[in-house]
Amino acid sequence: MNNAVLIQIAKTHLLTRKKQSAIASLGVTFGIGTFIVLVSFMTGLNGLLDGLILNRTPHIRIYNEVQPSEKQPIQLHPDFKRAVHMVHSIKPKQEKASVYNNQPLMNLLKKNSLVMGVTPQVSARIFYQSGSVLLNGNAIGINAIEEDRLFNFKQYIVDGLPLDLANNENGIVLGMGVAKKLSVGIGDRIQILSSTGATYRLKVVGFFQSGLADIDKLQSYVNIKMAQRIAGEGNNYITDISVKLFDIEKAKGLSDEIAQTYGVNSIDVKAANAQFETGNTIRNIITYAVSITLLIVAGFGIYNILNMVIYEKMNDIAILKATGFSGSDVKRIFIYQAMFIGIVGGIIGLGMGGILSFLISKAPFETEAIPTVKTFPVNFQPLFYVIGAVFAIVTTFFAGYLPARKASKIDPVEIIRGQ
Amino acid sequence: MNRIKPILRTENINKYFVDPVKVQVLKQVNIEVNKGEFVSIMGKSGCGKSTLLYILSTMDTAYEGNLFLGDRLLTGLNGAALSEVRNQHIGFVFQFHYLLPEFTVLQNVMMPGLKLAKKSKDEVEHDAMKKLALLGVDDQALKKATQISGGQKQRVAIARALINDPTIIMGDEPTGNLDSKNAGIVFDIFKELTHELGTSLLIVTHDPDFAKKTDRIIEMADGAVI
Repeated sequence: MNNAVLIQIAKTHLLTRKKQSAIASLGVTFGIGTFIVLVSFMTGLNGLLDGLILNRTPHIRIYNEVQPSEKQPIQLHPDFKRAVHMVHSIKPKQEKASVYNNQPLMNLLKKNSLVMGVTPQVSARIFYQSGSVLLNGNAIGINAIEEDRLFNFKQYIVDGLPLDLANNENGIVLGMGVAKKLSVGIGDRIQILSSTGATYRLKVVGFFQSGLADIDKLQSYVNIKMAQRIAGEGNNYITDISVKLFDIEKAKGLSDEIAQTYGVNSIDVKAANAQFETGNTIRNIITYAVSITLLIVAGFGIYNILNMVIYEKMNDIAILKATGFSGSDVKRIFIYQAMFIGIVGGIIGLGMGGILSFLISKAPFETEAIPTVKTFPVNFQPLFYVIGAVFAIVTTFFAGYLPARKASKIDPVEIIRGQ
Repeated sequence: MNRIKPILRTENINKYFVDPVKVQVLKQVNIEVNKGEFVSIMGKSGCGKSTLLYILSTMDTAYEGNLFLGDRLLTGLNGAALSEVRNQHIGFVFQFHYLLPEFTVLQNVMMPGLKLAKKSKDEVEHDAMKKLALLGVDDQALKKATQISGGQKQRVAIARALINDPTIIMGDEPTGNLDSKNAGIVFDIFKELTHELGTSLLIVTHDPDFAKKTDRIIEMADGAVI
């Protein structure tokens, strides 16, 4: 019953100065609204950028890098174990670019419970022929269907489908940069020159856009068999094995294990792309820092307004105390006022934040990096709204606490006798 | 000598002001108020009568000595306990009405009753209307406190002081701001309260005509009862 009276008094105070209360609420609305928009947008953006890297990058890439052996034969020989070894002018051995024992390795990996899928690639240096001019380039032989299944290959094809490549032995998906230089369209035929001097006529079935201009100017995709022919090698010539796992966190562990066990080069996605983690973290810090600052500023507004109200109401506080309201009753009246402002401002803020986020998510946003993205990425999560509500209530409580405490300590005798 | 214990009693109250120098403003004050008695306190300006009144109201706790309400020792109780005592047993009327401006006349009178929470909201409202009727201002019940005349405001303030049927009503020059007609009305109401409801009254006043008509006058000078 006591609380009901106090709440009634608090509500009356707020309603009889609507403008002041509304302005204080507005501060909270801005703070919370901005928080919702920022956090939804930033995490959406983070997700998009993560996807940019993670969805199309193999979790583990197995390859064969030409480099001098780490352990020279003499180090391995038992007779010379206790000697000091000095070997000059170490040169890399002449060996194929193909991953050693790739077929059994791929089969083994496919059976691994951590692995979602494995697909091979064959990389071959080529020249694109444009009239009498030769353009540098790289043809990557892929299994188009698997590449799409595991690494979203379709997302980066602007014209045509992965199926078109799979169905055309002589098909080629050109990088946009290459296509522009050669001035070709879908269905045209182009001529390429391999590093062994042989020419091949290929049919353009699609265009590829990775968003990285340097890659799009050089790279094209063909079928694995075609790439093996271009490289002049047999059908167990595989230059890269791409592995996708069910849980990306296991990538590093498995990658190291593969390198150790099979003596091949293996790298996990995080090692290959260390920079994007940093980007994410910094964006998150900025989001929370900005929001908290806005809320603190809103808190100052509430503090200020409550102080003014209490100053105006000193007589009323004195009479309340004279008629039997205790100091803690008075404190609660003003804390309730602060929290009303916070709750109303917060609810409106959440609503406006939600609406604004929705509008942003419908705003057009086209980027070369991901051709299939048409609007700004916005992440809608109930958790953000819960955090926003908690922020609002906590901030307004603390903002109101000091003025309320001051009010509770007012000496009624001083006020009354001071008249 | 009255065998019934007095409703309000002090024992050797002493009080000092320390700013700027230490001055003793109340010296060994011993007074009593009996049930149903209409007592006035008189004295020249600065004699300490208002200071004494605020100690008796429990709002001022900076004093030496003891204060009793009936059998109960009030000295030493904490703020919250004293608030409860004030809410239930003491009705206070000031020279200035101190009505809460954002609330109606009726809400103002109801407020101490709602705080006490011994009766339902409807009962408190019913009581409030009765008190307003007693004071002759029930027709103003739904007006905002700012919309009535000065004399009416003071009568509403008295109704508020009565809402919880207090043991004693204390007043600090309650007619000081009123014209003689309204002052007369207030005095008559006070007299009626002692007769009809057995309420005790302790009123500080400057007005010798007022004081003369009360049951007993306590005179003070220089902080002591004379």
